[in-house]
Amino acid sequence: MPKDLIIDGKAITVEDGITLLQACELAGAEIPRFCYHERLSIAGNCRMCLVEVQGSPKPIASCAMGVNDLPPNRDNTPKVISTRSATVKKAREGVMEFLLINHPLDCPICDQGGECDLQDQSMGYGAGGSRFAENKRAVEEKYLGPLIKTSMNRCIHCTRCVRFMTEIAGVEELGAIGRGEDMEITTYLERGILSEMSANVNDLCPVGALTHRPWAHNARPWELRKTESIDVMDAVGSAIRIDCRGREVMRILPRNNDAVNEEWISDKTRHVADGLRTQRLDQPYVRKDGRLVPATWEDALAAVAERIGATKPDRMAAIAGPLAGAEEMFALKDLFGRLGASNIDCREDGAKIDPGVGRAGYLFNATIAGIESADVILLIGTNPRIEAAVLNVRIRKRWRQGGLTVGVIGEQADIGYPYDYLGAGGQTLRELADGKHAFAEKLAAAQAPLVIVGAAALARADGRAVLAAAARIAKAASAGKDASVACFNVLHTAASRVAGLDLGFVPKKPATTGVANIVAAAEGGELDVLFLLGSDDIDTARLGKTFVVYQGSHGDAGAHRADVIFPAAAYPEKSATYVNTEGRAQMTARAAFPPGDAREDWTIIRALSPLVGQTLPYDSLPALRAAMYKVAPQLAALDRVTPSSGDALDALAGSKGAVKDEPFSSAVTDFYLTNPIARASAVMAEMSALKAAAGKAKAGLSAAE
Amino acid sequence: MLLEDKDRIFRNIYGLHDSGLKGALKRGSWDGTKFFIDKGHDWIIHEVKTSGLRGRGGAGFPTGLKWSFMPKADPRPSYLVINADESEPGSCKDREIMRNDPHLLIEGALLAAFAMRAHTCYIYIRGEFIRERERLQRAVDEAYAAKLIGKNNVHGWDFDLYLAHGAGAYICGEETALLESLEGRKGQPRLKPPFPANVGLYGAPTTINNVESIAVVPDILRRGGNWFAALGLPNNTGTKLFQISGHVNRPCVVEEEMGIPLRQLIDEHCGGVRGGWNNLMAVIPGGSSMPLIPADLCETLTMDFDSLTKLKSGMGTAAIIVLDKSADVVKAIARIAYFYKHESCGQCTPCREGTGWMWRVLERMARGEAEKSEIDKLFDVSKQIEGHTICALGDAAAWPVQGLIRHFRPEIEARIDAYQAAHKEAAQ
Repeated sequence: MPKDLIIDGKAITVEDGITLLQACELAGAEIPRFCYHERLSIAGNCRMCLVEVQGSPKPIASCAMGVNDLPPNRDNTPKVISTRSATVKKAREGVMEFLLINHPLDCPICDQGGECDLQDQSMGYGAGGSRFAENKRAVEEKYLGPLIKTSMNRCIHCTRCVRFMTEIAGVEELGAIGRGEDMEITTYLERGILSEMSANVNDLCPVGALTHRPWAHNARPWELRKTESIDVMDAVGSAIRIDCRGREVMRILPRNNDAVNEEWISDKTRHVADGLRTQRLDQPYVRKDGRLVPATWEDALAAVAERIGATKPDRMAAIAGPLAGAEEMFALKDLFGRLGASNIDCREDGAKIDPGVGRAGYLFNATIAGIESADVILLIGTNPRIEAAVLNVRIRKRWRQGGLTVGVIGEQADIGYPYDYLGAGGQTLRELADGKHAFAEKLAAAQAPLVIVGAAALARADGRAVLAAAARIAKAASAGKDASVACFNVLHTAASRVAGLDLGFVPKKPATTGVANIVAAAEGGELDVLFLLGSDDIDTARLGKTFVVYQGSHGDAGAHRADVIFPAAAYPEKSATYVNTEGRAQMTARAAFPPGDAREDWTIIRALSPLVGQTLPYDSLPALRAAMYKVAPQLAALDRVTPSSGDALDALAGSKGAVKDEPFSSAVTDFYLTNPIARASAVMAEMSALKAAAGKAKAGLSAAE
Repeated sequence: MLLEDKDRIFRNIYGLHDSGLKGALKRGSWDGTKFFIDKGHDWIIHEVKTSGLRGRGGAGFPTGLKWSFMPKADPRPSYLVINADESEPGSCKDREIMRNDPHLLIEGALLAAFAMRAHTCYIYIRGEFIRERERLQRAVDEAYAAKLIGKNNVHGWDFDLYLAHGAGAYICGEETALLESLEGRKGQPRLKPPFPANVGLYGAPTTINNVESIAVVPDILRRGGNWFAALGLPNNTGTKLFQISGHVNRPCVVEEEMGIPLRQLIDEHCGGVRGGWNNLMAVIPGGSSMPLIPADLCETLTMDFDSLTKLKSGMGTAAIIVLDKSADVVKAIARIAYFYKHESCGQCTPCREGTGWMWRVLERMARGEAEKSEIDKLFDVSKQIEGHTICALGDAAAWPVQGLIRHFRPEIEARIDAYQAAHKEAAQ
């Protein structure tokens, strides 16, 4: 039942169930707050949001008062609420004074300065001077790991960090010990926090108590240029903001996108920033006498053109890595096509996906927001916590609402919420696909079941059979239900994958050929030229005598093996299209320029094309995109998910092949080191070591028991 | 006129007789309990309402009315929780009940639980009450053995009673912090609404009552609500356990009628103020959280909820702390302020930050090491805490300070003057 209120003299009708704070905001009143956060539970402890409610002797904390809970007036007239009365002002000033008495006056050296809630609100509610003549409280620093720098003197005990870790991240590592003014936020044993989402607490902290350790004291917020972009560390496509000073990326922060990442990003997305500065390829190299020597662009391009000119098209191949944008994949495919070469593949991990069956066969059809309406989820060969941490947060959010059953086939890992463990390997999947497993009944009884199959399960030798089995399970589970396509979901780990499949960056017979064949051909001497578009996670030791061209941003495995290196831009340095695992096309924006002689990827391929006699017909990014959209029109629909037809599922479900018994594993073994940029980051290396040490300590502990 | 023995509810409050089941039966406990239960839930609530019983935990909310808030048809179980976390400095009545008359409490718990359609009751006992817990547990075991409570008991209402031991935090006496602690979490008060009668222990309807409120219920039912209502004053009915400590000749716990004059209470039961009535400086009438009342107002003061509220103080738990003229009243209030600073849970800002501030200022004031302008500042700070917190601990911390400033400002000023006079040369 809608509720009528009069807020600051303005009559307003609000929905049932919202809080008084939200109602006041709807009425246009600004309510100061520290502890309240839309995505966290209500703590009501900062007392900053006090408002005056008619008939109530005390001011009321508006964040914790539901409009339904307001006792009605006797004569049924609307409640009169004041957010600006003298009482309210006095109450808020009182609370502000209390918050400030033990807060250090160290704003000039505080990293939060300029984006500090306490600083901002003290402008509105703070007194000019202090009445506090005693000593301020001193609190010992806490060690919360390499990502979180603490300055606990500044803590105002809003408990946002505790609530985030407990509720959103699902890791009960932070808490408050002590009582009264001696209350302290800590991990108790002061271990580093091991959640993949931990650095979000620094964003949530309204003061400078928790700040980002990796970029501590590096920049002031007002000197940074902010660019809104898209993350490529996983296939989720989180919305990010890249803050640069000059040419340098100083930090990466989350942006709000309710459809994808809400307002969280993983620690890798955020703190990979220092990896953008190290191990960079900033000039072309050509291998001479077994050594890579610096070269000019002309020499490098000529060397490659010469080699391609001397090679038959069927002895050439190209592999696109996980960070490649759609534009460069399109240009490279176009060039190879014009040369008559068709041996190209974007499925670096060897996933047995045939884009020919239709888009629904390789997308996360339910969409990430759609997870929130699921009631039974089956995870096949995936550990979403490390493969797509932000997406896993969505599953956990759904689980917290109650009534969600999760079943897992694969590794028995801690994914942040309880699940039914069905089995490790293919046998369980076969039983389920044949409807012989008890969990099949749960799926059949569900209103909105989701089957999520991981990238690693599809990269196995029997990947096609796994995909078929998952499609059969999804079809059986969703029979007769709304949105049956949404039941089948593929969780990718590579940001480039879906765009690559959309563009058809696959060999002619994608079902039977792939990266494994390319590597085998190179090893067997049947391949003369291999073009690696940022591809490092193939077995580079097995490439034989093949002439390898590596185009990418970082000196990783691919560059070490390369005969010619084309230095290219990393994702913050170019505008490129990425399609996330849902099939949502999103575009990055250029926040900085690539270092040295490095160039945007598509321009390198364009520059190569006339040298091999096949000039690509586009001289600008818009022209390239116009051509690309003709091939894959869904890439033009930015920020939207184009619905796909369910025919692909029928085709998949009908395909043959036997799932083998071997156990499933996750596509990601080390969350912090999944791509060349992350591997170049000292912060990620430190986190990886911390996690490994914690794992060892845990193993030692259980062995001792 | 003092309370007559025939109207006494706590007939073994001094532990002179057997506290076990045998002794309790001799004193009339468990007599006719089945008869009351057969009369039904609403009859009991009606009788308690008639009695005019107001909660004995400090706030004085009408008990029968509180019980009537419990939902009558709810799929969730209902719970009765008894607050035996008696931690208010000065209060020592509940421990005497649990030590010496535990069966009054157990019988009352059964009747109250039945009235609210609860089959389960938890008694949350203060951490320091170890012997009391043993006594109470023994009484509970006796009641179970005699099938007075438990499943399929003689009264025909399945009823389980569990004792839970706190860890000695004052805040766990706040009803919602108590529920948090009972559920195994850190004792921090919950936001209200929702109130416990709607969402309480384990998310189910719950009523939390003080030990004394529950322990008087059997006698109210046995003798009738009207008997109880006839004692004391209108709106402040019945008998009450008064606990007098401090500068009196014989500190004691005594059951008396509500509305008894303070002077009579002290003179008749405690042997008078140390050094005679004229040596009285002030009393803290209801446990440490209530503002003190200076001697000149004590002369005619009657001990009941309404008259104490009129004096901007409160009845609280009726734990009367007497201060004679030898007491250092500023130091005493500073010590109380330290207590609240130490016991603040730290959850919400005004109490967490303000209690420590007040204590530090008061410590200086006790030495005279302050400015006179700080008295007004201190009063203002206490007002900034009062009414702005999640629970009543903020109020409890602010009131004693306000009482001190209201009645003893000259004393503080004199001290500041003395200190400044003594340190004049040093200052120059």
